Amino acid sequence: MAEVLVLVDHVDGAVRKTTHELLTIARRLGEPSAVFIGSLSDDAAASLKSNGAEKIYTVDDADIKGFLVAPKAEVLAQLVGSASPAAVLISASVEGKEIAGRLAVKTDSGVITDAVDVQAGPVTTQSVFAGNYTVTAKVTKGTPIIAVKPNAAAPEAVEGAGAVEAVSVSVSAAAKSATVTSSEPKAASGRPELTEAATVVAGGRGTGGDFSAVEGLADSLGAAVGASRAAVDSGWYPHAFQIGQTGKVVSPQLYIAAGISGAIQHRAGMQTSKTIVAVNKDEEAPIFELVDFGVVGDLHAVLPAVTSEVNTRKG
Amino acid sequence: MNIVVCVKYVPDASADRRFEADNTVDRVGVDGLLSELDEYAVEQALQLKEKLGDDTQVTVLSVGPDGAGDAIRKALQMGADKGVHVVDDAIAGSDALGTSLVLAEALKRATWDLVICGMTSTDGAMGVLPAMLGERLGVPALTFGSSLTVEGGKATIRRDGDVATETIEASLPAVVSVTDQSGEARYPSFKGIMAAKKKDVLTFSLGDLGVSADQVGLSASWTAVEGTEARPPRTAGEIVKDEDGSGAKALAEFLASKKFI
Repeated sequence: MAEVLVLVDHVDGAVRKTTHELLTIARRLGEPSAVFIGSLSDDAAASLKSNGAEKIYTVDDADIKGFLVAPKAEVLAQLVGSASPAAVLISASVEGKEIAGRLAVKTDSGVITDAVDVQAGPVTTQSVFAGNYTVTAKVTKGTPIIAVKPNAAAPEAVEGAGAVEAVSVSVSAAAKSATVTSSEPKAASGRPELTEAATVVAGGRGTGGDFSAVEGLADSLGAAVGASRAAVDSGWYPHAFQIGQTGKVVSPQLYIAAGISGAIQHRAGMQTSKTIVAVNKDEEAPIFELVDFGVVGDLHAVLPAVTSEVNTRKG
Repeated sequence: MNIVVCVKYVPDASADRRFEADNTVDRVGVDGLLSELDEYAVEQALQLKEKLGDDTQVTVLSVGPDGAGDAIRKALQMGADKGVHVVDDAIAGSDALGTSLVLAEALKRATWDLVICGMTSTDGAMGVLPAMLGERLGVPALTFGSSLTVEGGKATIRRDGDVATETIEASLPAVVSVTDQSGEARYPSFKGIMAAKKKDVLTFSLGDLGVSADQVGLSASWTAVEGTEARPPRTAGEIVKDEDGSGAKALAEFLASKKFI
């Protein structure tokens, strides 16, 4: 069976959950080979192996650290040449998309982004036009390069061989032309990452700038906090938490919209959520067209009451 | 300095967008316009022109059907200096690789220091085109910038990623893409609308760019859409009115019944 390359997304060596999802998808298409750029720790190797990696290619990054994504695309292009994989899977992050775009040109291969599902073929599923259409697509030329969204698969723990193979690659000077001159880690909120969270509680204009009720409910449910564009544009919540067309697109099991009217811009970011709940004072708000359950009422009264109900029931 | 802004003519995102029988985007039956996210790219180019002085030229480049002329015109009304429109029936149905090939060939025939793109189109919404242009043109690509500065022959962006906020720089010539966080786009002024009528828009065909028809278009695409399906409307949910805490109780019941609590 052919290899399927999975570019490992890691933060200072710690493998992110999205990579485990990609490894699970890779097993549907062939034999998963993780590509780890950086220095591979025992923990990281174990986490890749226990999620099904048959091979782990490691590429020392001493030479390319601090340069942007072009060297990573060159590394993958060389592995595509040597391993002739059935597909290359990359996380659909801003960096992942840049790598995918460059890799597609380098290897003259078709690229599909923002896949929410990938099955044998590979056939991808994407959600388009603000979530109003579902599209299935295929790469017809070259090696399929697929940028996959978080939560596209539930990671399955399957022991792989996890054979580590160091590869040395030559990176061109041209690939080192963009430099990262500073990097400021995001302050940890203690909450799950927005795009990975199983539950999201989001606040909009109706919060009036006070997100305490939204955050309180989120914390009782172990949820991530999001915000509408209106709330972000008003300076009430950082842009990193914006849900919508130009912010994050989330697809959690449960989405709770508080004081959000549900404009098309926002719907694009959440309408594929499994269960949708809204709390809004305006019973005419378009968000109510999407909900499984809606409460017409003041979020500042309803949310705290739900929070205490949740806390009571948790015991 | 010479700046080229790449813009796309897209179906209005607030209209009822749909697909044709061959699974391509319906670009005729739905009103088109300049992709909203490209307005931010035009804005950044105009701000640079204002900062750097009058000898800076902003050219708007679009690959698209006849209607794309409207998108170019809008950018000229905002203040861009001239337009280039690549139009050819053979381009219809091209995917991102095909479109980037045509754009790159057009750019190879122009003089520029900086290419600015929007973060993604509002229709295809892939966000990979700027990186493809960087690769095809052999220049750095700085993508998804929430701010852009150009100084001393270098472009610098700020990028808000999932786990960190980075400052990224590269020497010109370079390709950058900017997000809607880079600064609100201006509306065309009456003066701008009048002035745009006199601005030049050059039209090129594939032949003018040395691209053969069989390199692009639907049949030459690197990807194929197999099927499109309108998402079934969500079944109407239960909506209750909150009266003295009844709403919260009902919601908690609902969450418990779905095993979220």
